[in-house]
Amino acid sequence: MKINPDKCVACGNCTYVCTMGAIYIDPVIKRATVDNDECVECYACFNGMSQEHLNPTLVRLMRRLFQMMRLRFDPEPDVCPTAAFEPDELTWPRVVRRAFSDPRVPHESTGVEGRGTEEVKTNDVSGRVQRGEAGLTIEFGRPGVGVRFHEIQRMTRALAQAGVAFEKKNPVTTLMSDVAGGEIRQDILSEKVLSAIVEIKVPIERMEEIIALVHEIEGQIDTVVAIGVGARCDEDGEEHEVFAVLERMGYKLERAKTNVGLGRVSNVIQPAQ
Amino acid sequence: MTNTLHRYGNAESFRDDYIVFAIPGRGRNDQGCVPKLKRFLAMAVPFKPVNLGDSRHGGALRPSRHMNPIAHWRRNLVPDFQAVIDGVDAATTVAAVFDNRQAAQNFLKAVKAADLGLSINVSTSIEGAKQCCGGAAQPRHSVGYSLGFEGKTEKLPDTQVLTLATMCGHGMVSASLAKKMIDWVKEGRRTPEQAAMYMAHFCSCGAYNPSRAKRLLEESRHNPK
Repeated sequence: MKINPDKCVACGNCTYVCTMGAIYIDPVIKRATVDNDECVECYACFNGMSQEHLNPTLVRLMRRLFQMMRLRFDPEPDVCPTAAFEPDELTWPRVVRRAFSDPRVPHESTGVEGRGTEEVKTNDVSGRVQRGEAGLTIEFGRPGVGVRFHEIQRMTRALAQAGVAFEKKNPVTTLMSDVAGGEIRQDILSEKVLSAIVEIKVPIERMEEIIALVHEIEGQIDTVVAIGVGARCDEDGEEHEVFAVLERMGYKLERAKTNVGLGRVSNVIQPAQ
Repeated sequence: MTNTLHRYGNAESFRDDYIVFAIPGRGRNDQGCVPKLKRFLAMAVPFKPVNLGDSRHGGALRPSRHMNPIAHWRRNLVPDFQAVIDGVDAATTVAAVFDNRQAAQNFLKAVKAADLGLSINVSTSIEGAKQCCGGAAQPRHSVGYSLGFEGKTEKLPDTQVLTLATMCGHGMVSASLAKKMIDWVKEGRRTPEQAAMYMAHFCSCGAYNPSRAKRLLEESRHNPK
């Protein structure tokens, strides 16, 4: 993301809305500036702020006059007064940042927006997680910390060593050069993203061991981790097995997303010519 | 879209946070799903949602690409549900956000009766979702539990900021903006309703709950961190 210095009036609104805190007012040029190494191309500044199209020279003059009179500005905090944001043409590997950070962009590998995975949300039609299994989503970088792929690789290597299988329809898996070894492509290891999810499935009896392993690796990487655990309910809509294991592990479970089971497969498969 | 799973708070704090969303499964029931997604959203409106959204175009509170400077003095705080419904043009996740269980439950009943064939999920406290499903006489199929945040949690902001910012699970509401809004409400520079609207503009899928944000901002006036 670029901020056009000819348009920017250094109002500072964007410094607050940046999800990574990567925008600052450069004291030399007196314009908002993006720290490109920290920017994750989430487009929150470009997509989230309303845009006015005021004359930059006029706005700067007004701001200077107000400042001289020690009057406090009280502009709307979610507006760029001169529409100064200009998206860059992203090339590989930087384009990976946007794919994992701007939730409006569907992942090419899965066609799903956001984190790019359906998890148990479509379990009623996909059968992704069956009874006796636990589907784990291990999310890195959220909220508001971000993560680089070399940190994620530490986890994927450890999980691969433990013999777990990575979900195929997952954007991180598609960027692995060696799925069996949990190796991620070399050329993206330094790229920073807002968040990314590693997705695995294990038998319930291995869940405790794998979560303990995730804990161990969490201590070695420089970001936050959010774990989600998906499970299939029984015929009565009850789920006791996974819940009981998690409670025994000391988790106080507060929130869940619940697939209510109203989906059905309806696509018509065309016979091959 | 785990964008609603890891909201920060205890079960009680989700008493006014119920998200019902529909998602087509790729290659399974995504053919011809656009009219069904639009119908899902249109069906939600009579149950008085506090937000609607689709993952490609955003929520019912949207930023403007050509804002008139005069709008500073009369910002529109009313969600535009019709814009969300009209905007759905491809297979995507659509969401309806409610600030009470009864509305979510009644909507779920209506969705069940409509038999759209899409996967329907409820995101709230575990017990809240159970009650919704029970009320709609629909046994749960699968459940995804949140284990909360771990790892370098010292990098996270304080709990008031975290509660507001994580309502956009995609991370589009920055901690700095949430903190600024708490401060502005405390200073009396903006009302909680206005501050909630600013934050909702950044949510790119419409799952942000401006009603809960307003309550949290009102509470933050009196509650030290």
